[in-house]
Amino acid sequence: MIQEWRGNYLAEKIELKVKNSVEKFDDRSVWIKSDSLIAVCNLLKEDSLFEFDLLNSLTSVDYIDHFEVVYHFTSISYRSSCIIKCKVGYGRNKPEIDSVVDIWRGADYQEREVWDLMGIKFNGHPNLKRIMLWDGFPGHPLRKDFVTYDQSIVNTKGDE
Amino acid sequence: MSLETRPVTVNLGPQHPSTHGVFRMRVTFDGEEIVDVEPVFGYLHRGSEKLAEERTYSQIVTLTDRMDYVSSMLNNQAYILAVEKLCQIVPSPRGVWLRMIASELQRIASHFVATGFLLQDLGALGTPLIYCMRERENILDLFEMLCGARITNSYLRPGGVFMDAPDVFWPALDRSMVDIEKSIDEIEEYLSGNEIVFSRTKGTAILSSESLVNASITGPMLRASGVDWDLRHRNPYDYYSEINFKRILHTASDNYARYWIRVQEMRESLKIISQCIKYIEPGPVRPSFDDVPRLIRPEPGDSYAAIEGSKGELGFYLVSDGGIAPYRMHVRAPSLINLTLLREMLVGELFGDLFVIFGSVDLNMGEVDR
Repeated sequence: MIQEWRGNYLAEKIELKVKNSVEKFDDRSVWIKSDSLIAVCNLLKEDSLFEFDLLNSLTSVDYIDHFEVVYHFTSISYRSSCIIKCKVGYGRNKPEIDSVVDIWRGADYQEREVWDLMGIKFNGHPNLKRIMLWDGFPGHPLRKDFVTYDQSIVNTKGDE
Repeated sequence: MSLETRPVTVNLGPQHPSTHGVFRMRVTFDGEEIVDVEPVFGYLHRGSEKLAEERTYSQIVTLTDRMDYVSSMLNNQAYILAVEKLCQIVPSPRGVWLRMIASELQRIASHFVATGFLLQDLGALGTPLIYCMRERENILDLFEMLCGARITNSYLRPGGVFMDAPDVFWPALDRSMVDIEKSIDEIEEYLSGNEIVFSRTKGTAILSSESLVNASITGPMLRASGVDWDLRHRNPYDYYSEINFKRILHTASDNYARYWIRVQEMRESLKIISQCIKYIEPGPVRPSFDDVPRLIRPEPGDSYAAIEGSKGELGFYLVSDGGIAPYRMHVRAPSLINLTLLREMLVGELFGDLFVIFGSVDLNMGEVDR
């Protein structure tokens, strides 16, 4: 079985190495302050206590007043996994976060997808372009305030 | 005397027959040699993740069918496991055995498709592909008996499956397994030792295991480089902890290794199915509607469940706000993430190997674009 890190235990260990980086935690996941994300990720990758070498999934959720970027990590040698979350973009203006592509190459397309569909900018990403939609597409569809245009509605009044 | 050559940029796809769907690559050649590749996605993007936010938990099963449309049962299984984790549903044993049989059959079908198209890309026009498709047809007939549909199955429900297998299914399954075993032997006899296959696939597109892990690449591609990482064994979901099967590994990490892993894994899947048949017992195939209602309202929270899909780790991330539809659904699509190192695999290889390497990744555009 893959052992899941308990949130409180993981937060304690991260706080020991990177001071003042944990925002809060619950029983499964740890919220990291977005300015210390790179330091924490380097620690999770390199430290012999963690060795999280596989980035399973990188995704984002829109919570109306802020966005959350969610990272799932697995350590192949220790058979353990953990969940790191990061709150960004309070007030919905210009959500941005540091890119982890330099640490895990596998974040490349996943960060582009988050940028394309959720509109969170990843600073330091080598090729941050839209991946699913075309350049010039208005808005970011997975945001909760995106108005989906219903193509089945036919405009019969003849106005714009 | 030397001739001056200039690199040429060619647009491949999106409707090229060898791109396994609608995939587009901007490839720069210097003579026969590939010097740069830029993949372009999105031609099959249907916004499944956004659609899921407006559907109930059981309606989303039909959306997952259409993601990777050659392994629908596996998509169903990954999604259902995420829902069960989110709502703490305890599934019915017979339902779990049935869905394990279905998903292993689907894995065989998916590997047959991958093998057939890889050989088609190698230039073995027609025959091997038709042989592989013939066996897939067999499996699709079994699915038709199970749930009435051949490709977009929607067979699984939270807590099990929606109907029991009919009586005619079990003898048909036994017959098919014998046929599939024979067909795998046939493929091995003609192709696994074939000198042309050797010379075209051995030693091309070699990737180190460190770079594969760092790029989040999983599934047969990772196991072809010698990393023992199969979620069925490493993190047994459903009843895989009760099943014995051999983990197939290869160390060469080239195109041949990836082909070989898939062929051997089909044999292991057959062994898993025969053990499932041995363990399955009569009983209800899903919990009653009192325990698991049709309209599920999970507690607010999130869950991530991953299975070993036919192409790699297939995961679903669900966020609930207590309503009847998920607040957010995200699919960790192995086909998309396995393409991360496409450029590293292709640069420096010859034009003739482009589609062979591409075929050895085994991707499905329905899942890449979603």
